[in-house]
Amino acid sequence: MAQMNGTERSTAACRPWRKNKSAPRMGRPASVAHRACLLRFFALPALLIAIGVAAGSAQETAPSLLHKKAPEFSLTDLQGRPVDLKAYRGKVVLLNFWATWCAPCQLEMPRFVSWQEQYAARGLQIVGISMDDDPALVRSLSTRLKLNYPVAMGDEKLGELYGGILGLPVTYLIGRDGEVDAEFRGETDLNAMEEQLKALLDSK
Amino acid sequence: MKKRMAMRTGTIAWLVFLFALCAHAQFSGPGAVQSSSAFSIPQAQVIQAEALNKMLQKGGAAKPLVLQVGSHVLFAQAHIPGSEYAGAGSQPEGLQTLQQRVSSLSRKATIVLYCGCCPWNRCPNVGPAFAKLREMGFTNVKVLYLADNFGTDWVGKGYAVEKGR
Repeated sequence: MAQMNGTERSTAACRPWRKNKSAPRMGRPASVAHRACLLRFFALPALLIAIGVAAGSAQETAPSLLHKKAPEFSLTDLQGRPVDLKAYRGKVVLLNFWATWCAPCQLEMPRFVSWQEQYAARGLQIVGISMDDDPALVRSLSTRLKLNYPVAMGDEKLGELYGGILGLPVTYLIGRDGEVDAEFRGETDLNAMEEQLKALLDSK
Repeated sequence: MKKRMAMRTGTIAWLVFLFALCAHAQFSGPGAVQSSSAFSIPQAQVIQAEALNKMLQKGGAAKPLVLQVGSHVLFAQAHIPGSEYAGAGSQPEGLQTLQQRVSSLSRKATIVLYCGCCPWNRCPNVGPAFAKLREMGFTNVKVLYLADNFGTDWVGKGYAVEKGR
């Protein structure tokens, strides 16, 4: 089999913009060599563009709180009971920012209700923070969805503490030590969230 | 063997590329959404963030009145400089607030509505707010297209914001 030196390989190996008129090289039929050359020529740019496009669609804005202490807050829930994040130390907290006008939020909440029931004995505490303006709407939806965890009204100060809640839903999984273990922004795969939650519940 | 590997790599690369393009089109084009209140807004009335930002920077007579018709709490955290909160478009009281704000304006005034509470196809506010202004006779109403939310598609892209109610 004919050998090619490095220069020949780099200059003559792949010129897809030319018609494949040259003689077959290295024992390959000309059409096959040309096809393989075309694939090599386009494969890498295509992959790079694909990665770029995918990364562009998954832009995140807020600075991440991951592996940092969850910002503390002390609020009162819709029933007038205190909701103090520090008081849940030793438990795994699922902190969910939502609103009555947020359709994806309402898809999540029935799952949260079942998780609160299922995993309470293993130390789960779900806390809902509504970013609504009107508590009456929140009260009515909480009753309709039979929420079995505390819900308090949030505001811009709390939003800013959590890096800006500028789109909903936003959910944090907070470990027993008070550190943020996971952060979910926007519509989320709830099965994946449950897996992370279970792993966190298993950790001491 | 090498030839086959190269062909496979090429085919896989093109498949990944086409998939990414489809995904991007699905999440970035207002026309891609089929069932939402925001879908009722004609494409010609949708304005992109970059275009609005240019309009605002230009200033002068072309500067539109920008109204946020979603959540007041989100508005208080960050909003487009100079924009005003005009009530949630999904609530009757919100639409009333909007109506009051614009009632004295010329029906030819340029008004830009935005929300960004949720992904475009899930936003309950911009559709009713847009319909209200059209019903009132406004002919130059645009709606800012925010694919995911205000955080990702305005703040995250580096456009200016203000805080406060």
